[in-house]
Amino acid sequence: MAVQAKKAPIEPKHPLDDLIRTDRMPHIWCPGCGIGTVFSSCLHAMLASGIDLDKTVMVSGIGCSGRGAGYAKVDSFHTTHGRAIPFATGMKVANPDLHMIVFSGDGDLFAIGGNHFIHAARRNIDMTVICINNLNYGMTGGQVAATTPSLARTTTTPLGNPDSPFNLPLLAYASGATYVARWTMLHTREVTDSIQTCLTRKGFSFVEVLAPCPVNYGRRNKERPLDTLKMYQDKTIIKNGANPAELGVDFKKRVVLGTFVDVERPTFTETYDKLYHKE
Amino acid sequence: MGERVGLEVSIAAAEAVKMANVDVIAAYPITPQTHIVEHLAEVVADGELDAEFIPVESEHSAMSVCCGSSAVGARTFTCTSSQGLALMNEIVFITASMRLPVVMVLANRSLSGPLSIWNDHSDVMSIRDCGWIQVFVENGQEVFDHIMFAFRVAESQKVSLPLIVNVDGFILTHVIEPVEFWDAETVKNYLPPFKPVNRLHPDNPVTMGAFGMPGIYTETRKAQDSALIEAKPEILKAWQEMADLTGRHYKPVESYHAEGAETLFLTMGSIGETVSVAVDELRAEGKSVGQLSLRLWRPFPFEEFRQAAAGAKRIIVLDRAVSMGGQGGPVATEIRSVLYKEKNMPVVTNFLCGLAGRDVTVEDYKAMFEKASKMSKRRVREEDYILYGVRE
Repeated sequence: MAVQAKKAPIEPKHPLDDLIRTDRMPHIWCPGCGIGTVFSSCLHAMLASGIDLDKTVMVSGIGCSGRGAGYAKVDSFHTTHGRAIPFATGMKVANPDLHMIVFSGDGDLFAIGGNHFIHAARRNIDMTVICINNLNYGMTGGQVAATTPSLARTTTTPLGNPDSPFNLPLLAYASGATYVARWTMLHTREVTDSIQTCLTRKGFSFVEVLAPCPVNYGRRNKERPLDTLKMYQDKTIIKNGANPAELGVDFKKRVVLGTFVDVERPTFTETYDKLYHKE
Repeated sequence: MGERVGLEVSIAAAEAVKMANVDVIAAYPITPQTHIVEHLAEVVADGELDAEFIPVESEHSAMSVCCGSSAVGARTFTCTSSQGLALMNEIVFITASMRLPVVMVLANRSLSGPLSIWNDHSDVMSIRDCGWIQVFVENGQEVFDHIMFAFRVAESQKVSLPLIVNVDGFILTHVIEPVEFWDAETVKNYLPPFKPVNRLHPDNPVTMGAFGMPGIYTETRKAQDSALIEAKPEILKAWQEMADLTGRHYKPVESYHAEGAETLFLTMGSIGETVSVAVDELRAEGKSVGQLSLRLWRPFPFEEFRQAAAGAKRIIVLDRAVSMGGQGGPVATEIRSVLYKEKNMPVVTNFLCGLAGRDVTVEDYKAMFEKASKMSKRRVREEDYILYGVRE
């Protein structure tokens, strides 16, 4: 097949074009989706943090957020469903100089791949895990996930979800993460700052970003796209250092945002090197 | 018989599962299987089906749940594709060795990588030796019929083995076709209630999944292999009874203008219907060509296959998966071996085609026929396989 002639660049360039595989555009994200905003925050944070982007790898699993790895113009690995964290673990322990960014969704990181999350946090693998939480499996058509609120309607819970969702910051804290924050995609600046902090600190860092999925979640739960954003504005409260046990996502009450954990402890690589790579 | 309606094949499959009155459904979403599972979630929620629907956290859990529910005597169904099956792999083998009659619809999709959601048979070929009964279907009606067949055969006390119905992803699952439903009376006559041979029940405790030391492992393997081979009479009986009830006759190896044909195509799954059109056109041009379709893949129908292939000079085996580093496609490799001791063994020409949803048309099959006809009639190494249409 003939290789298509490269299209002439459109001027002026977007400020993030150097970090985006523009040949992969347009992206697959639906109108009203929150992933693009978080992706943009992530790229801004990567630039602002001053980390060596030649030594930065973005790793994603499967799902809408999982497309992140394919769009970022750094070394990237689009892994199988649920396995972003162990792929990233392998890269990090083999080459500790790398900055690892895991960019994926709630279904990928906390259902099919949930086991990996708790163990990477426990071992304090030095990586930044960004979870775009849209409360359902968006890509496959809006099925119930491990983060779907109780009673919410999805294609596999037409009468409402009988299960309780994970409180992700609590899970991260209990598993041993050294940095835990939560924002919504409306809090763009805070998301960017949080990710920037993660990229320049050591240890297992976790940022949850609540984001709307109007096509598959909103539509079935009578949440119009702008209503969701209004809810993100009106029904959230920033409370840094809040008790992780009180961070359930229930927009009927207040949803707490902020940085909840920021502590230091030796990373896996540091402890491992001390024990096994004595110089 | 019931009504003949036009609907998406996935929905027809889910309706058949509903009519089979399953007790437990456990599944994890994966394209292109989702519509089947979503429709089942709906019919359970609407009260049309009294079953437990369990949306688990991964396919590994889905198959584990299925083992559990089947072990306590519940009629159990699951559905997956590709990577989902790969993740289930560990438990898929356990299901068969525990003789748990779980029924699975496998919406066939290629395995990664590269990541692909489109149709071929690389998923099912990866579990060829797992011990499940495995059948392939060509159209929506066959899907509906074979879900009834699946429960009937799997749960038969003489069989007690899990069964996979292979349905080509998108090409079949997402098309709208006319399907003749069964009426409730026919289902009742065909499919008796599930009475497990062994089940976990406090009145009569048994242990499943126990340790097998070297002193017993070989014997359990022999028993399992025999069980699968000996399932064939029950499979044939179930097809015969279905023919009596519905008028549709299914066979382990279907043939189309095969008798007396010099060249035979061998197909599996939905490409069969396209190939039959190619056969018609080639025959109209005076070519001596016919077609076999392998419906029963496991247990392999040796006798029926040899009979159906008798007299042919060349068999064009169409594989939908690559056996990396081997002899091309897994089906052709097996067919060569099945025919090895035959007098006047036909030349087996192997085309690998339609990988990851790449379209293969009537013209393509005719081109394959022409290409095969020009090839040597001797068995030479270079002829082992051709990856049809590959750009090099």
